[in-house]
Amino acid sequence: MDRLDIPDAEWNRVSPKYVWPELIGYLVTGLIVAGATVPLWLIGQWWTYAITAVVVVVTVVVAALTPRRVRAIGYQLREDDLLLRKGILYLRVVAVPYGRMQLIDINRGPVVRALGLSDLKFVTAAAASAVTIPGVPADEAERLRDRLVELAESRRAGL
Amino acid sequence: MSDPRTGADGGGGRPAPPDVAALTDGEWHRLHPATPLLKGGIALAAVLVILFNNAREYVVELFVPGGRRGDEGDPFGYVVDKGWLGLLLLAVVVVIALFVGGFWLSWRMHTFRVGEDVVEVRSGIVFRTNRRARLDRIQGINIQRPLLARVFGAAKLEVTQAGQDANVTLAYLRSASADDLRREILRRAGGAQQTHASAPSAPGAPVDARGAGTGDATDPAAVAGTSTPGRIGAPAPHRQGFGGLVEQRAHEFLAPELDPDEAPPRSVVALSPGRLIGSTVLSGYTLFLLAAVVAIVISVVTTGEWFLLFVLLPAVLGSGGFYVNRITKSLRYTIAGTRDGVRIGYGLFSTSNETLPPGRIHSIKVSQPLLWRPFGWWDVKINRASRSSTKGAAGQENTTILPVGDEDDVRRVLELVLPELVGVAAVGVAAEEARAGSSASADVPEAVASAAVPVADGSATGEAAPPALGGEAIDDETSATGEAAPPAVRDAVEATTEHTLSLVEGGLRSSGTDGGFTVSPRRAAVLRWFSWRRNGFRSAPGALLLRKGAIWRQLVIVPLPRVQSVGLVQGPLRRRLRLATVHLHTVQGPIVAEIGALDQDDALGFFTTAGREAVAAAHADRTHRWSEETP
Repeated sequence: MDRLDIPDAEWNRVSPKYVWPELIGYLVTGLIVAGATVPLWLIGQWWTYAITAVVVVVTVVVAALTPRRVRAIGYQLREDDLLLRKGILYLRVVAVPYGRMQLIDINRGPVVRALGLSDLKFVTAAAASAVTIPGVPADEAERLRDRLVELAESRRAGL
Repeated sequence: MSDPRTGADGGGGRPAPPDVAALTDGEWHRLHPATPLLKGGIALAAVLVILFNNAREYVVELFVPGGRRGDEGDPFGYVVDKGWLGLLLLAVVVVIALFVGGFWLSWRMHTFRVGEDVVEVRSGIVFRTNRRARLDRIQGINIQRPLLARVFGAAKLEVTQAGQDANVTLAYLRSASADDLRREILRRAGGAQQTHASAPSAPGAPVDARGAGTGDATDPAAVAGTSTPGRIGAPAPHRQGFGGLVEQRAHEFLAPELDPDEAPPRSVVALSPGRLIGSTVLSGYTLFLLAAVVAIVISVVTTGEWFLLFVLLPAVLGSGGFYVNRITKSLRYTIAGTRDGVRIGYGLFSTSNETLPPGRIHSIKVSQPLLWRPFGWWDVKINRASRSSTKGAAGQENTTILPVGDEDDVRRVLELVLPELVGVAAVGVAAEEARAGSSASADVPEAVASAAVPVADGSATGEAAPPALGGEAIDDETSATGEAAPPAVRDAVEATTEHTLSLVEGGLRSSGTDGGFTVSPRRAAVLRWFSWRRNGFRSAPGALLLRKGAIWRQLVIVPLPRVQSVGLVQGPLRRRLRLATVHLHTVQGPIVAEIGALDQDDALGFFTTAGREAVAAAHADRTHRWSEETP
């Protein structure tokens, strides 16, 4: 086995439309950072332009990889826990037992809402295991949350 | 206040049992009557100090004429000269009266009650607060006795709950009733009152024998009988009058920090003062201090400038206080196993002790600072869900439960704090003794055999060997098998012994696959230069063990029912090396349970099994009602 992956996992993908909020986020950040380097041009040295160029190139590369990164996000409702995978270069997999979920948030930012999506966030007693499934279609997010709350209720455990 | 029963928590001369009975009867009660004084004592002292400071020169002048230099900068003298002394005294009296009145009012309005499954506190004069804490969610109960409070025979009881600022504080209670109240709260929280049938199996048989008979813990007589088994014999509380009171205080001051009735002495782990001093001196702070001194010397010698001396000298001089403070606070440190969890107590003048019920410890780290290594000392820290306002011993966070101890101490503490492993560990101890016994008796048959041989020889001539002796002497092999009569049992014992021995020794000192650990592959040496042989994990019944660090050695133990979630991470560099990191997420604290640089297949296996076992363990976990019999 070459790549680290969970055997026989059937990942649910997030909506492909989730590329847009990600893309807009990166482009806006890139623009702001690039804009912040512009006043350096007044110094008149060649490397001040190089800094701006580097920022632009990095932003473009990150933006270009966004579709792949969004495709890499996957979640799966297993029998006893929720499995979530993220990242291509930096792979993270988290398994959260249903009984450990303390609360479930549905967050909707402006772009996400315009696309009819929602972000689901799970909180456990451990700060490190805060888990987010972004870009779930709004009605499915509601359904998913209800289902997860139900599962958490049936497997309730203490701290 | 609906029905405040002030008399119940009243005078210090009353015997304890009726008090406790009253405190836990589900009605509203007030705190110790000296509370306003203890809480407001500092404010009053401040007023008096300010007054005295200003009046000092004037008072001096009364006795030493000519010592006073006119009006300049002497408000008190100014006031007296103007003839406003009466006014000033009046103002002081009014201020003090306001303070006392305020504290008294706040004491009047501060009531609490202990119900069957909640502790409830109402407080506040203008802004009223009502806080209820569910008993089965208790993370620990802490009793503090600051020096001043001890003089008054008072104690502060804090019920800690998960979360920030979620604690219920009862300051102050009568010292004796604080202990009994804690015992009673823990008894109720543990769910013992619901187990009528299991009364004989509980260690405190008289408790349940009386309380369970009626099944009604609010019955004062039953509660009184339950919560004060050892106190009835104490001589002091029955003495009346001032002399009796003084005697009682002295008795309380001189009493050992840990009530011998409370825990079986076998389970007590204490700290010897010598080791405590040694460990403090050999701390990282000492290294800093030495570095500072060396830096001062070098800078003065080489540059002839004294500037560094002035910068660092105060810190160096202040360190004496640091050492004294750390050592006095950690003196009389004990950890003991009680029926309702681990009890950690410490303190010479101001004492503090806390009981952590089973299942309230979210992860444990045993680690060894480099300087302690020649002495074989370790410290033990824990992650817990509650944040207590109380500092731990030595001003450390109260997450340090063993400031210093040798391997044996560590093993005993682990047995105390890991109730899930207690059964296994107990078997281990028994097996250890059995093994020591068997190794001793393993020597015996040889001796018997060698001694028996001449007897057999001698008896062979007479042909009159007793059957038993003959049977033993005839064949060495049969005697050997006879000695190992139940081989299966011994094998089982051996296996569990190996198991529990490896838990501590394998985790603390070993490297490689000793102790059943799965370690990093050789290629991980790029990332773990010295520790790749030691860097490993294993699962034990009820817990996951992570062993790390060749120079700064540590062992992290996460009880399975406390694992919140499991994570698996692989970055670009580790992907090239086919390595991965596994995180065990627990509540926030000084311990981060992660193990890096594992072979990715091992990591995936660990991730999968840890997740599965954590779910099963959480499902089977019953520690929120730890005394309750499982149906």
